[in-house]
This record gives sequence, structure tokens and C-alpha cells, in this order.
Amino acid sequence: MPERSFQLFPENASTIAGQVDGLYLYLVLVSAFFSLLIAFLVIFFAVRYRRKGNEVPQPADEHSIGGMVLEIVWSVIPLGLSMVMFGWGAMIFFTESRPPADAMDIYVTGKQWMWKIQHNEGAREINELHIPINRDIRLTLTSEDVIHDFYVPAFRTKTDVLPGKYTTEWFKPTKIGAYHIFCAEYCGTKHSGMIGTVYVMSAADYDKWLAAGSGEGSMAEQGQSLFNQLGCGTCHPSVLNQNNGRCPNLSGLFGTTVELKDGSKVRADESYIRESILYPQAKIVGGYDDIMPTFKGLISEDGLLKLVEYVKSIGPKNGSQTSAPAAPVQTTGTSTTPVTQPAARPQTRPAQQAGAAAAGNR
Amino acid sequence: MITAPPIVEKPKNYLNVQSTLKSWLLTYDHKRIGILYLIAVTFFFAVGGFFAAMIRLELATPAGDLVESNVYNKLFTMHGIVMVFLFLIPSIPAVLGNFLLPLMIGAKDVAFPRLNLLSWYVYMTGGLFITYVLLTGGVDTGWTFYTPFSTSYSNGYVIAAGLGIFIAGFSSILTGLNFIVTIHRMRAPGLTWFRLPLFVWAHYATSMIQVLGTPVIAVTLFLLVLERGFHIGFFDPAYGGDPVLFQHLFWFYSHPAVYIMILPSMGVVTEIVSTFSSKKPYGYTFIAFSSIAIAVFGFLVWGHHLFVASQSVYAGMVFSILSYIVAIPSAIKVFNWTATMYKGSVRVTTPMLYAFGFIGLFTVGGLTGLFLSSMGMDVHLTDTYFVVAHFHYVMVGGAIMGFLGGIHYWWPKMTGKMYPDGWSKISAIIVFLGFNLTFFPQFLLGYMGMPRRYHVYPAEFQVLNVLSSAGASILALGYLIPFIYLFWSLKYGEDAGPNPWGSPGLEWQTSSPPPPDNFEVTPVVTEEAYTYKKQEVVQVG
Repeated sequence: MPERSFQLFPENASTIAGQVDGLYLYLVLVSAFFSLLIAFLVIFFAVRYRRKGNEVPQPADEHSIGGMVLEIVWSVIPLGLSMVMFGWGAMIFFTESRPPADAMDIYVTGKQWMWKIQHNEGAREINELHIPINRDIRLTLTSEDVIHDFYVPAFRTKTDVLPGKYTTEWFKPTKIGAYHIFCAEYCGTKHSGMIGTVYVMSAADYDKWLAAGSGEGSMAEQGQSLFNQLGCGTCHPSVLNQNNGRCPNLSGLFGTTVELKDGSKVRADESYIRESILYPQAKIVGGYDDIMPTFKGLISEDGLLKLVEYVKSIGPKNGSQTSAPAAPVQTTGTSTTPVTQPAARPQTRPAQQAGAAAAGNR
Repeated sequence: MITAPPIVEKPKNYLNVQSTLKSWLLTYDHKRIGILYLIAVTFFFAVGGFFAAMIRLELATPAGDLVESNVYNKLFTMHGIVMVFLFLIPSIPAVLGNFLLPLMIGAKDVAFPRLNLLSWYVYMTGGLFITYVLLTGGVDTGWTFYTPFSTSYSNGYVIAAGLGIFIAGFSSILTGLNFIVTIHRMRAPGLTWFRLPLFVWAHYATSMIQVLGTPVIAVTLFLLVLERGFHIGFFDPAYGGDPVLFQHLFWFYSHPAVYIMILPSMGVVTEIVSTFSSKKPYGYTFIAFSSIAIAVFGFLVWGHHLFVASQSVYAGMVFSILSYIVAIPSAIKVFNWTATMYKGSVRVTTPMLYAFGFIGLFTVGGLTGLFLSSMGMDVHLTDTYFVVAHFHYVMVGGAIMGFLGGIHYWWPKMTGKMYPDGWSKISAIIVFLGFNLTFFPQFLLGYMGMPRRYHVYPAEFQVLNVLSSAGASILALGYLIPFIYLFWSLKYGEDAGPNPWGSPGLEWQTSSPPPPDNFEVTPVVTEEAYTYKKQEVVQVG
């Protein structure tokens, strides 16, 4: 955590942070130039052309300088400068909204007033996020109640966390250390207490940390037992190429394009799986009937994410593998970076224990 | 409370023609209605200012030691609701616009005097609802009322507050409607559109927004009340609604509403800069049409509040580029005001100091808006103190500087009295300095990542917060001093005479305070606005 009491920039700890700072400097320079120019001219004119004694005001002569040319000049120059701001900002935004395909998935559920975080491998934490350095991290976020916003100033990125919907946020941490997580969307009484810490760790430390906290099995495994517990498997086949004609086969489904009864097409992504569990009638797969009951109210958002992860695990990409996550990519060079605090907190927090007094006050 | 000095053998003016309370409360005179609005908005400004003082006091330390979180959340919510809906939106149009529009166009009154009085009562009814909310325990949703927090989770008096704003909105619609018809139908003979003062153009543009935009917030708040009161699902996913839909509807009004607050102020500044440079505003037609352009494009940029709210990337790009387009007319105005002073005959009076303050602060407010329109930048800055600083530079640095400048400029016309020159100049400078000390550190806090609406904050943000709180106390002093000397001037101020500033505007051609019917004889306009003649200069101050 930054110790100095006065600084102008937050820590620069992700690949995007430097780009955002660059754009910021451009904006500051343009703004400073125009602010000072206007301030100078106003003061200069006020002194230079001040009324002396009982001088008679001169008659109106509007275009004593330039006229139309001047109007066009001071419209076009700001327009040109601001189009650079637009383009530059849009490029950064495009990068920020397109997670790399092989990014490591982590799931975040916001609720008044805590962050619940689940790693694929099964580790769970509250108001803390442990991640390895130099890996692309993709967060999939949702809220159990009101709108929150997952903001890490050191990574210069945030995204709204919406109830009833998945949003994503990605970053690639570049500096080992501990950084603030803030909830940036006002969410009620303890809004300013909905904070946490990101620990960026070396790959080796992250593996150690992960191993210590994966006792309950991977998210996919937990999703599978939830799948069985809820009886999903009695109808939905989950073995490749099996078909009972009543319910769509979920094996090999994730990431493919599904043709619906009304002829439209939809990509089977996280949001589609979630919606099909909670509102089965919303999108009926072509060739099937509207027979599935809703599971709304029966599964928590955490549980939904596990089910999604289970369906993902039996998808075409990694259909054979339900657990045993691939070891994080070993990056060279990280070992020379000194490990700071993160290594000191390898143990998992038991879920449900931490967090503010979160009694819903609905 | 405003009584005319007992001077014998003077023609009756609008202030002393009748003096009973009833004659004020049932008046159809646009000037008296303007004064009624002035008293009401000043009251609500003081209320909103009190909440602001409490907020800054709490934030002087990182811990939540002055009030509880729940109370803090209510403080910033009520500060926002009172300042935006009960002060900023009605401030210049309903006070100065009401008072001056008919005078500036040579009319006896607005087109619909009864509707004008009704608008004040409607406004006061809305104000009563919100006062009820204040007295019974407040509301904690933020002035933005984001769903589903406001509809399903908040413990505050959301419905009463929503209805209060819903009702106050109608007074804004009535004022806008009245102005549009007045400007179209009531202009004096010879007063063509391009002879109108630019203050009138600014109010015409403002009125368009009020009439077209306000019904949308009314509908939105009505849906909010239906969902909260009767669980009819529009916004809460638990009832099958979409929470982001609310944000689209809310900002469809509330972004243009920013221009309701700033456009009239720009009109005021144009008048002041012209008068005290004794020069026609540079680029009259550019200033006039930039007001209209701001009003039109202002309706097309609401999505720049939703870059991180799961809006599509391409929609974001459209809103981003349109936000830059709407910034250009504002830049044109700033350049034209500056150019107006070139080779003018400049007098640095109190209103001129406020106009300088406006130009400086609005320039910073506008330029920092460019940061937030840039999508990649906005992802980092949105919902931080950078946004708080930005819109305070526009609304307080812009709208309130314009309001105070306008009050000081037309005070001699409204009351027939002059205020003390030294005190008023000192307080204008105090306001400027206090303002910058309050809000500039918040830009830095925002870039450091401090989120807005935080009751407790990490210790590393304290230095800048202390600076901000110190500035707020200076700012408060700057607002208090005019309140005192303006009251003082009512009784002890020198007589101002009809035209103390030497302005060619029509409103200055009648006596101060104006007679009940504004002009003894309906004026006939034969030349453009701002025609400064070689005249005997009356030096004031």
C-alpha cells in the first residue's frame, strides 16, 4: 500500500496503467495550455484596455480582428485536438474491453458490502484477490443485490457489477505488491467499507497460495456436484453425443453457437448459461420444448458461477478435463523481483466469515 | 421583507406600488415573481450549503468520526437534490430570467402571467415535499437514485423525494413554456431575432431543454415510484427489470439539465463582459447559435455516463465523439468573450470580477470534461473525485459565479440601490480563491483513485482532503459576505439611477426599480443590441 501521504499518481501496476497515464498527460498539457492562455488574455486585456478617466467608449466595430477566419480557427483547432482525445481514449477502451482469449478466469460476486471471489481451482476469498504477476486475468463479475463497481486504481480499470448480469474486466499485473480494491458505485450504508486488496504475487507464490486453498475441489468439481444435487443430470446429458430428445446435451456446448426455436442464434457464453438456468423459457433451443422449470431462488450467484464453470469444463475446448488446472505459465524474470507482503498470507480465508455486518436491510 | 424607502413625490415602482403580503403572494408581475423565486432559491441554497459544510467537515479526517455512514450518505444525497433541483435549475431562469426577459424585449410582462405565478407555487410544493423528507429522516440514494438500490434496498424516503422532484419539474416546464412564447410573441416593435440580447438567446435555448427534457425525468421518477411502491418491475432484475435502463432514462434528462444550469449563466456573462468592455460581444451570431447547438447536441450525449455500465463499445464510441462535438460551442463562447475585451473600454467592476471568475473556472470545468469523454480515461476516472471536481467547476464555478455576477449586475435595477464596492470586490475574490482551494485538490484525489461518496477513506488521501475542507470554509465566507451587504444596501445603499453601468440594454432604459408596467411608453427598437453610443459616462465605484 502506498505509504507516502502526497502523490499525484497511483501505483502503476498493470500493462494498461502506463497507457492511461500517457493519455492523461496529453489531456493535462492541452488543458493547461488553454487555461493559461485564456487566463493570460483576460488579465492582459483587462489591464491593457482598462478605461482611463472619463474616456468615451468607442462605437461598436465588431470585427476589428479577423472575424470569420478567427471563429473558424478557434473552432477547428480545439476540434482537432479533441479528436485525438477521442481516438486515443477509444483505442485504450477497446483494449480494456477485449480480454485475451487465454486469460485466466476468476469469478467475483459483489454483495452489500463485500467482495466474494472464487478461483477456478477452488480457492475462495473475501475482499482479497490473489493473482500471479504477468498473467492475463479475466474477472467475470455479478452482484447479488444492488449495482457495485470493481475498481483497482493501480490497474486504472473498473467495471460496474450488475445484478442479473455478467460483466467482465481484465488486466495484466506487472508489479508485485498489494493494491486497493474499491467499490466505485454507491451501494448503500457501508459503501466506503466495501474495499479490499489485490495481492500480485510471483507465479510460484501464487501456486503455493492456490494449493493451500483448494480443499473443496475445483469450481468445476463443485459445480458438478451441484449439477447432480439439483438433478440437472436427470434430464440434461453431459456425455458427448448422447441425446435423449428432451433436453439439450451440455457437453461440448460452451462457446458454440446455438440455434433457437425462433430461428435466431446465440453464443453459449456465461450469460447465456446463467439465463437458461434462471429463465429457461427466455431462449428455447431449436427442437426442444419449454419444459424446464426455473431455478430462480434455488441457486446463489456463487453457485451459478460454479455451474457455469462446470458447463465450461465439459465444453469443446477442455471437455476431457474437469479439474487439475494447468500450471500457471512460468514467466522468466519474476524471480528477480523481490516478493513483498503477499507471500505472508498464503492461507485461504474460510468463506462467509469475513465481511462487514452484511445483514440485508431490504 | 422588501419595503420601499419612503420617498415622496416619486413615481410608483413595482416594489412600492402595493405592499401587503397578499399583493406579493398573488402577484402576476414577472418582477415580483422573480423576487419570490430569489427568496426561495436563496433559502434552499443555504440549506444545500449547510449539507456541503457537514460533508467537508466529516471528510477532514479519514475516519467516520463526525457522523455515521448512514447520516453521511443522507448528507450528500440531500446536498445534491436540494442544490440541483431546488437551486441550480431554477436559479438564473426563474429569478433573473423572469425579472429581465420582458424588460429586455420591451414587454409589459411574460406571455402567461398566471402560469408564471403557478410555476412558483408548483416549485414551492415540490420544495415542501423535499423539506418534509429532510425533516423526517432524509433519503440516502444519492441524487442520481440509481436502481435497484433506490427501488428495493434504500431505507430513506425515496417516494416523497421522487415526488418532490417530479412536482418541481413542472414549474421548470411552465417557466420554459412561458419564455418560449414570450420571446416569440412579445418582442417590442423593431426588435428582430438578431437584435435580441444574447441573454435572451441563452434563455431561449434553456427553455427548449426545459420543455423537452423535464417530462422524461418526470416519467422516470414516476416509474421509480411505481416500482418502489407497488413492485411493478421496470428496473430491478428481481422483478424482471433492467437496472441500466434507469441510468439511460435518468441521464437523458440529467445531462441536458447541466445545460439548463450553465446556459443562462453564459447569457449573464455575455451581458456583463459586453457592458464592462463597452463593446458589442465579439461574434454575436456565433454566441447565439452556440447556445442552440449546445441545447440540441446536449440531448445526444447521455451515454457518456455509462461507459463502464455494460454499454456496448460502439454505443460508447458514438456518445464519446458527440461529447466532443458539444464541447466546441462552449469553447467558441469562451474565445468570443475574451475577444470582446480586445480594444474595449474595460472596467473591472464586481460583476466583471464574477464574469472573469466564470470564464476561468468554466474553462477548467469544460476542459476536464474532455478527460471524462475520453473512454479509456473515463474508465479510470468515473465515479472518483475527479468527476466531483469536474462538475463542481461547471456548476459552482460556472453556474453560481454567473448567478452571483448577474445578481450584482442587475441588483441596481431590481432594487434601485447600489451595494458597497469594496466589500463586493473582496468577496468576489474570496469566492474565487476559496472555490479553487476546495475543488482543485479533488482532481488530484480523483486521479489517485479516491471514489466519490466515500464516508471513510484510506489515510493517504487525507492531505488533499484537508486542503479541500479548508477551501470550503473560505468559500462559505465568500458566500456569506454578499448576503449581508446586499441586505444592507436595501436600506443604506446609494440610489443607483436608471443606468449606473452605462449599458444600452433596454432593461436599463427604464427607471430603477422599474414601474409596474416596465415602460411608460412601449419602446421602439431601431438598431442592433449593444450599440454603445458616445455618451456621458457615469462612473460607478
